[in-house]
Amino acid sequence: MLIQGDTGDWEVVIGLEVHAQVVSNAKLFSGAATVFGAEPNTQVSHVDAAMPGMLPVINEYCVEQAVRTGLGLKAQINLFSVFDRKNYFYADLPSGYQISQYSQPIVGTGSIVLDMPDGSTRTVGITRLHLEMDAGKSLHDQHPSKTYVDLNRSGVALMEIVSEPDLRSPEEAAAYLRKLRAILRYLGTCDGNMEEGSMRCDVNVSVRRPGEGFGTRTETKNVNSIRYVQMAIEFEARRQVEVVEGGGQVVQETRLWDTTKFVTRSMRSKEEAHDYRYFPDPDLLPLELDPDWVEDIRRSLPELPDEKKARFIEQYRLSPYDAGVLVAEKASADYYETVARGRDPKMAANWVMGDLFGALNKLGRGIDDSPVSAGALGGLIDLIANDTISGRIAKEVFADMLETGKSADAIVEEKGLRQVTDTGAIEGAIDAVLAANPDKVAEYRAGKDKLFGFFVGQVMKQTQGKANPALVNEVLGRKLKG
Amino acid sequence: MSLDKATVAKIAHLARIKVPEDEQEHLAGELSRILDFVEQLAEVETEGVQPMSSVVAQKLRRRPDVVTDGNIRDKVLANAPDGAEGFFAVPKVVE
Amino acid sequence: MTRDLTLMTVSEALDGLAAKDFSAVELAEAHIHAVEAARPLNAFVTETPEIALAQARAADARRARGEARALDGIPIGVKDLFCTEGVLTTAGSHILDGFRPTYESTVTANLFRDGAVMLGKLNMDEFAMGSANITSHYGPVISPWSQGTLAQRDASMDGAGELTAAARQPRPVQEWVWTRKLVPGGSSGGSAAAVAARCVMAATGTDTGGSIRQPAGFVGIVGLKPTYGRCSRWGIVAFASSLDQAGPMTRTVRDAALMLGSMAGYDPKDSTSVDRPVPDYAAALTGDVRGLRVGIPKEYRIDGMPAEIERLWQQGMDWLRTMGAEPVEISLPHTKYALPAYYIVAPAEASSNLARYDGVRYGLRVDGASLREMYENTRGEGFGAEVQRRVLIGTYVLSAGYYDAYYLKAQKVRTRIADDFRAAFERCDVVLAPTAPSAAFAIGERMDDPIQMYLNDVFTVPANLAGLPGISVPAGLSAERLPLGLQVIGRPFDEETVFKVAGALESAARFEEIPPFVASRA
Repeated sequence: MLIQGDTGDWEVVIGLEVHAQVVSNAKLFSGAATVFGAEPNTQVSHVDAAMPGMLPVINEYCVEQAVRTGLGLKAQINLFSVFDRKNYFYADLPSGYQISQYSQPIVGTGSIVLDMPDGSTRTVGITRLHLEMDAGKSLHDQHPSKTYVDLNRSGVALMEIVSEPDLRSPEEAAAYLRKLRAILRYLGTCDGNMEEGSMRCDVNVSVRRPGEGFGTRTETKNVNSIRYVQMAIEFEARRQVEVVEGGGQVVQETRLWDTTKFVTRSMRSKEEAHDYRYFPDPDLLPLELDPDWVEDIRRSLPELPDEKKARFIEQYRLSPYDAGVLVAEKASADYYETVARGRDPKMAANWVMGDLFGALNKLGRGIDDSPVSAGALGGLIDLIANDTISGRIAKEVFADMLETGKSADAIVEEKGLRQVTDTGAIEGAIDAVLAANPDKVAEYRAGKDKLFGFFVGQVMKQTQGKANPALVNEVLGRKLKG
Repeated sequence: MSLDKATVAKIAHLARIKVPEDEQEHLAGELSRILDFVEQLAEVETEGVQPMSSVVAQKLRRRPDVVTDGNIRDKVLANAPDGAEGFFAVPKVVE
Repeated sequence: MTRDLTLMTVSEALDGLAAKDFSAVELAEAHIHAVEAARPLNAFVTETPEIALAQARAADARRARGEARALDGIPIGVKDLFCTEGVLTTAGSHILDGFRPTYESTVTANLFRDGAVMLGKLNMDEFAMGSANITSHYGPVISPWSQGTLAQRDASMDGAGELTAAARQPRPVQEWVWTRKLVPGGSSGGSAAAVAARCVMAATGTDTGGSIRQPAGFVGIVGLKPTYGRCSRWGIVAFASSLDQAGPMTRTVRDAALMLGSMAGYDPKDSTSVDRPVPDYAAALTGDVRGLRVGIPKEYRIDGMPAEIERLWQQGMDWLRTMGAEPVEISLPHTKYALPAYYIVAPAEASSNLARYDGVRYGLRVDGASLREMYENTRGEGFGAEVQRRVLIGTYVLSAGYYDAYYLKAQKVRTRIADDFRAAFERCDVVLAPTAPSAAFAIGERMDDPIQMYLNDVFTVPANLAGLPGISVPAGLSAERLPLGLQVIGRPFDEETVFKVAGALESAARFEEIPPFVASRA
């Protein structure tokens, strides 16, 4: 994206730091639970509250999840990594330090392929992924003169995934986040739920003249939806252009996204210069991974969006766009594959992406709680394929299925929608229509071809839409020829 | 290495310890003497030496992903100087 | 005359309990009296007689059922750095005011599992930072080797002015009056004083740079710092995590072996705890040191070491040679750099470990207008001068731009120190050295210069930096008739050889001196 300033064009440079909460039962360094939304301070162990003498012991599954994510990002897995303490004081950081990884993270450089709306792709570099513990939560609005602290989240495992400053527009940033979220969900390493804070984003933005070196960046913290990320980038880029064009300098600082005014603003509590005094946590030893163990995880990786997309294009002859839409969520890809199995893949794609997605959208439901299961939709498509119903009737049946949850078969049976393929019955209906409209027959035969459609309509009306359209066409054509 | 008053004030702030201004000078002197003392380390040749990461010759042990702790809110809050409604309370923070 | 139950060793007491010569309750009662009598030492922060009696009754009941455990009925003191469930735990600091842990440290839990009886929590240098036990918020601990007398005083003069002279009745009280107060060493000074004064049979200590061995040496008892990872650190208030290690303080080597047998062991809650079996340490006390090679590090002959320390060290070598061991000269070339490395690593770790004392979840809170002021007020008031000094130094050496020059450098030097020992242990089985460069000094001496105080730990710090086991055994008296200790350092997890050599030294030295202040006589 280029911003047109008063003095010329500016290019926006964006890097994202995503904090993705690891899917695990227990916390990174304690045995307390991680479930969202519990009563305050109930999912807190003495370790999470940093009681004197408490020590961290690492959760093996969290390590596995980080490795799995690294492999999913085609990244280098570091067999030797170190946990460091990041020292700073804050009310919701009980120990006064966050256990994180600084100079030796568990995962090194990787990449993510973005699917752009025009069907093109773009590769964005991943700088690193490291494991760290989450802080607790400060509530500032519960009491007039006090901040309340809930430590339920304290110690939950996070993966911080840092991108290279490769993104150039809010749209690319959004595509990056969607793709990253898809990969995490495919892997089952993070649920990607931004509303519950299990995926949070820090946005680094700077502006520069096209072709020049990087400008000074700001970091906007904890932006918690893709839409807000886009808005924050937009705002921040324009703000920086204004600052620079006004003769000022962008200050390297931490900013906050204001979700009521839709602006970024300087964070007062983090104003002072940071000096985190990182050093290796002496309560933990370096984390050493067994290469065989890493290979076992690699072998157990599920098919990821990019591979699945390629396979869909190849196996089902879908367009890159359709394949991209279907694999964006693992659940929709799985749904599609169940529908497509043994059926016409193109028809399956049309039904899933057209009728189903449209209906779900209207209902405000996700694919996981679709009222029509993949098997049921397949059943409907089967009825079209074997000429039991026409495509037009199928739309009605689908609407019924959404409402009642019944199978296509049951609805067709119940309502007697089975297509009439009996030539005799169709001939009878046609004869009746022709007999009732002698003038139209004469007009048709005199050359008014357009009337063919009228006759088809009348026959369908006569048969309540159940006549097989192909058969109707054939017999009608023959009879009209006389 | 000699620490000045301003540096003492800076690190005291980083460490969140209130050091009255009239003590900073004296403290700067004491801390400088300690730094002078540790400065001898510069004499040691450490080219290519790995920093000690642990004196224990073993690998980091890992625990299984099982919930074994928590649900002890009363214990967690038992010693809190201030708290209400199941929370810890601190002077209001303006972000 | 009935037997003075407080003068026995742990192993004698276990024999007596087994023989039903006395009960655990009787033993506890005798010690509860001793603890009270020893109050002039200021060795305790908290006395827990009710807990002691309850535990003693339980011990007697188990013994009656024939289910006696390894230390059943043995009255001990616990350094106030160990978190004890429901019992005030202060780490000698104002900042932990009123803190009653809702959990029990692994080491004390292990001791209680084996039947030990807790008499109370022992005074110590604040957050274990000190070598003289003068930095405690609860006041200095006085060594039982100090000079003093029991004197009579009229207590009715206290609070003069409240009563007219005519109404005042004389109220004579017996009080201990010190003429020269000596330090017991530190940081486990309360533990050392209480064991030496015979008010507890044994005590737990912790040793980060010598905090068990140096006070043990100063008061003429045995103190062992085990291999790093041998005792769990879980539930012990952390000073410097990579150096801290809990250990026993007792009057005999055998007692230390018995105590360690209960204290040690693998703890899945401590990532640095090592999973290996706990041997029967007492079984190692064969007295047979024949063929053992005893390393004498030439670099420990430091400038200005008093001749009497030098002589004692030589005496130790001679004793061991006489018993068939073979002294060999070894070199630990980086010895000189141990203290400077220690005074970077320990404060750095401490600055971070002590960040949790912020007035939010436990302990002292000094209010302020903002969160930041509350932190600064709380920590400014809650931490004493020495702790502040170390936290500030630690903060400085970790801060931006200084990390490589200080912390990283120190950790590299530490690797060299550990390598020195590894190389030395190719040539010897244990290292013999003095425990400290001097005998105990008076309270008030060496107090104005922190560096002078730090030099006390010159012989003890290397074992911490390398994670090795080390023991101090009382071996003689100074010209001033104050105890002097010898130190035996061993290979990682070879506490057995350390005990064996210590036991041999003990039997050769026949140190039977008793301090001027003994609880049951006070």
